[in-house]
Amino acid sequence: MTFGMGVLKGMIVTLKNFVTSYFCKRNEGGIFTIQYPEEREKTAENFRNFPFLVHDGSLEKIRCVACGICERECPTKCIHVEMATDAFGKPARKPAVFDIDYGLCMNCGMCEEVCPFDSIFMDHAFEVSAAERQVNLIRHKADLAKPNSYFQKERPTLAAIIDQKRKAADEKKKAATQPATPQEPK
Amino acid sequence: MQDLGASINMIFVTAKAWFLSLLGLFLPDWVIVLASIVVSGVVILCLGPVIMMYLTLLERKLIGRIQNRYGPNRVGIWGLLQPIADGIKMFTKEDIIPANADKIVHLLAPIVTVVPALMIFVVVPFGTQMTAVNLNIGLLYFIAVSSITILPIFMGSWASRNKYSLLGGMRTAAQMISYEIPMTLAVVPAIMMSQSLSTNTIVLSQAGSHGLNWFIFTPWGIVGFIVFFLCATAECNRPPFDLPEAESELVAGFHTEYSGMKFALFYMAEYMNAFTLCALAATLFLGGWQGPFLPSWVWFFGKTFILICVMIWFRGTFPRFRVDHLMAFAWKFLLPLTLINILITALCYFASPLVGWLLSLGILAVSFSILVKLNRTFVPEKRDYLFAD
Repeated sequence: MTFGMGVLKGMIVTLKNFVTSYFCKRNEGGIFTIQYPEEREKTAENFRNFPFLVHDGSLEKIRCVACGICERECPTKCIHVEMATDAFGKPARKPAVFDIDYGLCMNCGMCEEVCPFDSIFMDHAFEVSAAERQVNLIRHKADLAKPNSYFQKERPTLAAIIDQKRKAADEKKKAATQPATPQEPK
Repeated sequence: MQDLGASINMIFVTAKAWFLSLLGLFLPDWVIVLASIVVSGVVILCLGPVIMMYLTLLERKLIGRIQNRYGPNRVGIWGLLQPIADGIKMFTKEDIIPANADKIVHLLAPIVTVVPALMIFVVVPFGTQMTAVNLNIGLLYFIAVSSITILPIFMGSWASRNKYSLLGGMRTAAQMISYEIPMTLAVVPAIMMSQSLSTNTIVLSQAGSHGLNWFIFTPWGIVGFIVFFLCATAECNRPPFDLPEAESELVAGFHTEYSGMKFALFYMAEYMNAFTLCALAATLFLGGWQGPFLPSWVWFFGKTFILICVMIWFRGTFPRFRVDHLMAFAWKFLLPLTLINILITALCYFASPLVGWLLSLGILAVSFSILVKLNRTFVPEKRDYLFAD
């Protein structure tokens, strides 16, 4: 008399799912939906989406020196950099224009890898929808530049390594410019 | 206290009588008769679509929970406005008619589907004195009208000029005609015992002392109910009997070529059929609006609601039947079972309760095991291939 028992077994399975969906947590057989705008899944630290520029305090102290390596390396050619000039018409080692077309960027992270000045990194922001591709998705220098504190918050491990490296480099530089033992005045 | 209970029980009947007496103050008698018909008609015509709308929501919610997700919960609180949003979407969609379709029949089919679905509401006993028309052949009417549903579905599938539609329509015809027979035969015991075809009388004959003398508490009632409910699920093309609109095989079956409001009408008819068939199952075997303590219409809607939930539960559980299994199930299993059930009913009618129970349980067990044995599919012995590696 096992006829029909499989049917009942199947129905008990679905009934159990129905009941546990009300009383159990996500990983214990409950509902696993994440109600997106209100709830968010925590993004992994190394999650990378769209590049941004790091500055130390203000937009004037931007780390980028407009060398243009990222511009050249970018596979989709979505980066456009122009170097600023100072009052005498000499290159100022600062970007006058730094545009990234988010509509073109494919989040490969090449720019982050090639940047020798620890200036461009991949962000966690993924909600970049816009009504006009040609207008809203081209981000300029002011939009792209974010403080170092933001970088430390979003990707703490990488930021700590970078900060250490920069500090060490700074100290080395200081040591090189200043003589090791102060010379006595003659 | 008892007065209050009685007045809540009759609240809809009293409301209608009060409305008619209000009209009677300044209208002649024959208009009042017409108004009575119009009131019942309007209530039913509103009830059908509203029930359908919220059944879709209920189904999506329950299926969602079965699959460990929330159902629709964005439009309004708990998604309660979701059916209205769906309705607006359906109304504003483009109506597409295939170039080679039979345009008149294509247009007629969805309209004709809704008509029998609404007509069945007429004989459903919603509560004490709440049957819209107390036909003395109510059950026969129900069987006759519900079998019309095949026709519009086949019309729609034929007129679409689409091979998927046509296949769906063919399957519908085969399935619905096959399942009509065990369904009708499953109803026969209830008719035999209550000695009436009127739905109202059938409910009254299940009254007992506390309104608990339901037919399902008898051996023939259980069998009849299960067979009827399975056939009802097959009749309104709900999973696991949803071969006519099997989306993984036939795109959408008979309504592949329908869009917008025409599609919505097919959908509406399907859900209203599900409701009325559950309502009839409750009426015939679960005592209709009979029950202690609560008002009659609460009992009726509660029982119907539970049966609908079971249908949705089926949908969340079972995969689709194969065509030959489906037909075999109707003809080789349900049909003989219903015939045996009729025999048992006669035994129970004439024998004393205890003897009736014992005899019928014995007959049922024996015939059930024989039917199961006969229905077992032939599996040839496993062959050993001597020279194959």
